[in-house]
Amino acid sequence: MDSESFAPRDERPAGRWMGVLILFILAAGVGSFVYAAHYWWLPPLASTLGITDDMFNAILVATGIAFIAVHLFVAIALIRFAAYGRRPAAHWHEHLGAELTWTLVPAAGLVILAILAEIVWARVYSPPPANAQLVEVTGRQFLWYIRYPSPDGRLAATDPKFISAGNPIGLDPSDPDSKTNAVLENDLHVVNNRPVRIAIRSLDVIHSFFLPNFRVKQDAVPGRTIVIWFVPNRPGQYQIACAQLCGVGHYTMRGNITVEPDQAAFDAWLAKQGQH
Amino acid sequence: MGAIAVHEGAAAHEEHAESFVRHYIFSIDHKTIGKQYYLTTLFMAIVGGALAMLMRAHLGWPEGGALDPGQYLAAATMHGTVMIFFFLTSILTGAFGNFLIPLMIGARDMAFPFLNMISYWTLFPGVLVLLASFFVPGGPAGNGWTSYAPLSAVSKFAPGSGTGQTLWAISILFVLFSSLFGSLNFLTTIINMRARGLSMGRLPLTLWGIFITAILALLSFPVLTAAVVMLILDRTAGTSFFVPPNLLVAGQVLANKNGDALLWQHLFWFFGHPEVYILILTPMGIVSDVISTFSRKPIFGYKAMVLSLSAIGFLSFLVWGHHMFVSGMSPLLGAAFIGSTIAIAVPSAIKTFNWCTTLWQGRLLFTTAMLFAIAFVSLFVTGGLSGIFLAAAPVDIYLHDTYFVIAHFHFVMAAAALFSIFAGTYYWFPKMFGRMMDERLGKIHFLFTFLGIYATFFPMHFLGFMGNSRRLYDTSIYPFLSHAGPIDVFISLSAFMLGAAQLIFIYNFFKSLLHGPVAEQNPWHANSLEWAAPSPPPHGNWGAALPVVYRWPYDYSAPGAAQDYSPQWQAQPVAAGGSDG
Amino acid sequence: MSAVKTPPSAGRGPAVRGPARPIRFGPDGRGGGPAASGPAASTAVIGVSAALVAVAMLFTAFTIAYVARRQEPGWGTVVMPPVLWLTTTMLLASSGTLEWARRRIAHGDIRGLQRGLAATAWLGVAFLAGQLIAWHQLAAQGAYISANQYSGFFYLLTGAHGAHLLGGLVALGIIVWKAYAERYGVASHAGVGVFALYWHFMDLLWLYLFALLFWA
Repeated sequence: MDSESFAPRDERPAGRWMGVLILFILAAGVGSFVYAAHYWWLPPLASTLGITDDMFNAILVATGIAFIAVHLFVAIALIRFAAYGRRPAAHWHEHLGAELTWTLVPAAGLVILAILAEIVWARVYSPPPANAQLVEVTGRQFLWYIRYPSPDGRLAATDPKFISAGNPIGLDPSDPDSKTNAVLENDLHVVNNRPVRIAIRSLDVIHSFFLPNFRVKQDAVPGRTIVIWFVPNRPGQYQIACAQLCGVGHYTMRGNITVEPDQAAFDAWLAKQGQH
Repeated sequence: MGAIAVHEGAAAHEEHAESFVRHYIFSIDHKTIGKQYYLTTLFMAIVGGALAMLMRAHLGWPEGGALDPGQYLAAATMHGTVMIFFFLTSILTGAFGNFLIPLMIGARDMAFPFLNMISYWTLFPGVLVLLASFFVPGGPAGNGWTSYAPLSAVSKFAPGSGTGQTLWAISILFVLFSSLFGSLNFLTTIINMRARGLSMGRLPLTLWGIFITAILALLSFPVLTAAVVMLILDRTAGTSFFVPPNLLVAGQVLANKNGDALLWQHLFWFFGHPEVYILILTPMGIVSDVISTFSRKPIFGYKAMVLSLSAIGFLSFLVWGHHMFVSGMSPLLGAAFIGSTIAIAVPSAIKTFNWCTTLWQGRLLFTTAMLFAIAFVSLFVTGGLSGIFLAAAPVDIYLHDTYFVIAHFHFVMAAAALFSIFAGTYYWFPKMFGRMMDERLGKIHFLFTFLGIYATFFPMHFLGFMGNSRRLYDTSIYPFLSHAGPIDVFISLSAFMLGAAQLIFIYNFFKSLLHGPVAEQNPWHANSLEWAAPSPPPHGNWGAALPVVYRWPYDYSAPGAAQDYSPQWQAQPVAAGGSDG
Repeated sequence: MSAVKTPPSAGRGPAVRGPARPIRFGPDGRGGGPAASGPAASTAVIGVSAALVAVAMLFTAFTIAYVARRQEPGWGTVVMPPVLWLTTTMLLASSGTLEWARRRIAHGDIRGLQRGLAATAWLGVAFLAGQLIAWHQLAAQGAYISANQYSGFFYLLTGAHGAHLLGGLVALGIIVWKAYAERYGVASHAGVGVFALYWHFMDLLWLYLFALLFWA
């Protein structure tokens, strides 16, 4: 018979070390988040999509509580139940009530999260308002072509067969609007408090149109035109980043987005851009 | 020692006079094949780790120019490919599965030993092809392990889309076939070759993990096979499954293409999501067994553990679209994936609570294996919780393809799954090699690895919050990332420490292999059947008679027993106050 | 080896308390001795069935891609090579001969097995040859693999099926060899049955692909 398992044994120092290690991770994790909240956080919000920030914060609180609770529990267990003397372990291993509780309670929380997520998702992908400003963004290795409609609000037809050095996105010359669409590189201007509707395309590979300050991201997929919309509400200059690996120049694919303070400022700026 | 008919003398139950080649190279013994997998995947882990060190050497000091952009992307791609396919996927089932299944079920070998040998020797050429791709013009593939089309389908789009990409695809096919052959074996063996008395309800959770993993692999790997074959055809035969019309390539418009870029993503992620659960289910099983053994306490909620493993396996097929929330996929479809993705958090939570509860009122023994298993719980919780942000699709819009995602999957894969592999190694090393690993070195390895893992990957959450995209060679062009520099340095230094700590493990592994103290049959006083065999088991595992199983493997600290464990193969647990003759 | 038996109640330290009324429904070693277990089905049958599940998933993936692309413009068109009717018939016939061979050996008729298996093998080879002729006929009308989406899928599906059938022919070769070496008998022909499972599946798969390519 083997009595070694019940032999006197003192794992308490090890238990304390491991418990302290877990508590250290807990402290470092929480502490780093507290520090990060001041220095390494989401860039300032410049659109009305603050609801996603609120959602983010809510999830952070909930997951933070879970992170703290699990680590505390484990640390306490490690310290309290380190093998000591001949004290045996318990033998119980089932408890339907406990199982149901910790299934249903997280499930309830997650259902609430899912409902909120669906509501916000539907909002993000709702149809754009009628007064939205139209812009087209075309990704290409490794820059963003931004095309502004003519004064009549139309974007000219395009066809890749017309692509040339002077006509980078292939405007169809037989379309009268092709003369009055302004095509710029990496320079997107929108109007404060006016919805903007962006048609996103790509000429070559998949890129991703990412506006960090606006909480906007949409892949630019060749062969498709994908329309998104949002409402900028903070004048200023921000950046466009590419968020899908598109080749060796992926890291250079920066654009600029400027929120003009009002429609007049935007019109003035656009008039100065000249035409295609 | 119990009623098992281990005929110690008769274990000189003939050594076949096998040639070196038959015995060690083309062996059909599952234990040898398991060790072959282990050593090969360990080597690939070192390759993948070295690539990570290269990446971090560059990212910490980008102006230093350690790598040029093409090399950086190649390193990132190959790091992911090697680690996911050639390390994690192959070691969990190929090494642990192969070695343990027949021993844990009381069989002499797998159902199809010859196929088992073939499955290892199908992996090996895959390794060679992938390593060869480093040396072809244009270098290895550089489009991420996810290899999105059309970037990966048209050679001219990037230097990393050349021959290296085709070789990448071919090597993936080898891994997929190797794994499929293995899965057939695991499934059939577990279903059909269990010892008398070993019902499915008495299987250790390690085997439940492997079993469900094998089912997932059988159903998902063929889908990636289809996608990769189609990609190879697009690259070499002029088809256009994934190449949309009218692409601008090197100034020319590509004619006669009518494909769909999103088709690649759907096929890839239909495989890709079950794949990542394949990489966590076996670890969950291993950790359950290790925690139970070293708490001297039955795993809490065995049935719930099995049900949750099954639920995770089932649900894993319904969530792939959460990788594609901003891909241009219909938002309605996206809405459906929100629901299924959030649902999959529930069974994972159940498992976490069950591990924690197992510890409570246990009699905890802090062996190295146990330390890694406990740390798994912490890492899995961290990684799982970050997944919730990503499941909430509106939040994912911002976090998609940022370092937040990198943090998430490294915590669950590179950290949690890796720790289960370490736990399993320290735990089963005595059985595999007949020697004990050095516990002191193990604990030092553990400490620096645990700290190093958190230090390396936790700050990546913050980079993600800042909006730092993935696969960026350099962030200096983005003013909104100007604060990222110090974080990158910290991560790189931590990564170097993490990498260095693994040298302790490698040293310990090989030193113990050659000079470790001889292991007894059941050094951990564990219950599951593999501990009934000698350490290491001989050819045929069991001597003249196969073992018989009398109970489940979690009968620890039963009240009234004289020992705190009742092995599965022992007919009567020794009662207190009696004598056992 | 005898040792000191410590009564469980002595020296136990603080009382161990579990939950008040634990409900046990997990398996825990109580309730019945060793189960009388024999294999649920033949090991080889389980293995081959699992393999067929994987093959089915491969073609499911191809099918989904096919159906998805077919809705889009640029699908293209291809004139179905008439030889496919012949090859389909031959493959069906090969399943017939295989079944016949299997029944013959169940009655102990080794000669019948040999003839039936040989016929199956020849029909299988003829099927593959016919598929290659079909490819040739397609190329002759300019329908190369890269011609359009439909042609691409055509070669992909027929090629993938043909590859699996070729694998089956290799296995059949081994079985034919064993049949001629008279290694099968009335009580020992499980391998033939397991092979038949695979071959009939390939046949059904072909019928499905044929329908998909022809009518869809």
